[in-house]
Amino acid sequence: MVAMTKEETEALIQEVLEVYPEKAQKDRAKHLAVNDQSLEKANKCITSNRKSLPGVMTIRGCAYAGSKGVVWGPIKDMIHISHGPVGCGQYSRAGRRNYYVGTTGVNTFGTMNFTSDFTEKDIVFGGDKKLAKIIDEIEVLFPLNKGISIQSECPIGLIGDDIEAVSKVKTKEHGKTIVPVRCEGFRGVSQSLGHHIANDAIRDWVLENRDGDDSFPTTPYDVAVIGDYNIGGDAWSSRTLLEEMGLRVVAQWSGDGTIAEIEKTPKVKLNLIHCYRSMNYIARHMEEKYSIPWIEYNFFGPTKIAESLRRIAAHFDDTIKEGAERVIKRYEAEYEAVIAKYKPRLQGKRVMLYVGGLRPRHVIGAYEDLGMEVVGTGYEFAHNDDYDRTIKEMGNATLLYDDVTGYEFEEFVKKIKPDLIGSGIKEKYIFQKMGVPFRQMHSWDYSGPYHGYDGFAIFARDMDMTINNPCWKNIKAPWKKDAAEGEAVKAVA
Amino acid sequence: MPSVMLRKREDGKLLFYVAKKDLEETIESLEFDTPTKWGGEVVLGDGSKYYFELLDAPPKIPTTLQAKRL
Repeated sequence: MVAMTKEETEALIQEVLEVYPEKAQKDRAKHLAVNDQSLEKANKCITSNRKSLPGVMTIRGCAYAGSKGVVWGPIKDMIHISHGPVGCGQYSRAGRRNYYVGTTGVNTFGTMNFTSDFTEKDIVFGGDKKLAKIIDEIEVLFPLNKGISIQSECPIGLIGDDIEAVSKVKTKEHGKTIVPVRCEGFRGVSQSLGHHIANDAIRDWVLENRDGDDSFPTTPYDVAVIGDYNIGGDAWSSRTLLEEMGLRVVAQWSGDGTIAEIEKTPKVKLNLIHCYRSMNYIARHMEEKYSIPWIEYNFFGPTKIAESLRRIAAHFDDTIKEGAERVIKRYEAEYEAVIAKYKPRLQGKRVMLYVGGLRPRHVIGAYEDLGMEVVGTGYEFAHNDDYDRTIKEMGNATLLYDDVTGYEFEEFVKKIKPDLIGSGIKEKYIFQKMGVPFRQMHSWDYSGPYHGYDGFAIFARDMDMTINNPCWKNIKAPWKKDAAEGEAVKAVA
Repeated sequence: MPSVMLRKREDGKLLFYVAKKDLEETIESLEFDTPTKWGGEVVLGDGSKYYFELLDAPPKIPTTLQAKRL
């Protein structure tokens, strides 16, 4: 299929919107747009970060998911209590595959689920006493924890528990950092507010712990990697590149990260932001309070990696600049070989994405390195500034969809007929049953890492493995295939 | 009276950021920008106007200030 023109894409949006009642149609129309690279600002063409319509299938999460699942959860040496009923913590346990090193249950707790398991009694009489008891129990059972965070679920806000008071008392008693996080699920329109609340909690309860303490020896090359959650080992494959070019990575936020790293972050020279959406708040705060500049970078695909390494190096002296060139040179043969192997198999394939955070725009470069084209992209919970950054990355007349509904997404796929879809687990089986190759791009479909040069090789292999899988030819039942195809099969047999 | 975070972009332009409103715009013009007087009316890239209380000296950027919407 040839690329669609602007008019065709607009007509497609109109056609899909047709089934909605008038009011819903008007609302949804604001969230669907045709990309136009000439626009400077996304708010001219698309509305984002608004409440989802009641009655449509949205794919968003909640504030608790943004705080516990994304920002706090990966901090491995803290215990994160899912304060409230048991389900929120249990059904999201370890689903994001934030890898870490350590002995789970002894000094690291990443894949474990701690919950206060609220029952009717706790709702009626309040859960503060229970929370205090849990904290005491944790201290006895897991004495090597370095701190505790209390991740509120919906009922905590509804019944008005004072988790801050419990935290203050217990911090004094145990001498450890205990952070109350007011990330009740009902707050905000999506997980995005949860990220903000979590960032603010780090700012208020953790970040300034070592202010005025200069015992940590610093170097001029200290950086912090912010917004890399080490999904399938992403942060590790990014970190090696940074270290190879001569930088010292002091902290990883928050994949494979520790509370000590977070406390040391105000001492670095530059903050490197990978996931802008979930951690720009803390970077802006550090810029203001500690005068640490921050830059965004992108480690998907060799083109973007080289660009990012050079941009990072520009903030340092010549040794780092040479280091960046050395790193790019060192991996050149490796990624050229990957491209040579997979590009012929993937050339011209069309991709539609619908993920959250940074991926809808960051992975475009990696697909383009493989000769593929992204024809539609959208975010679950982006804000305007994300779309500002996306417009330039996407081709003209491609489709942008914000907080897309299940129905719209399916209809778009039926009309655009992409060769690959990258989205979440809830979408995966719908599209596979429709016969469209699919990758779950939230946690790399149980593969990864995808960051860095090493990750690119895995990325390319995975995309090839999915798109060129022989199973897609067998989607149609043999008796429904047309005669010509049947003949060919016989001939082979 | 939104709190506005001001920061310098790489190209030297001032950015006007309001977290609550999701607004990140460049400052196109500032009424007073001299060593002894700073503030007044600002015009943003999207044409909207805000007002900063007058200061005796330019603030150290990045910083957070209160602005009035005009």
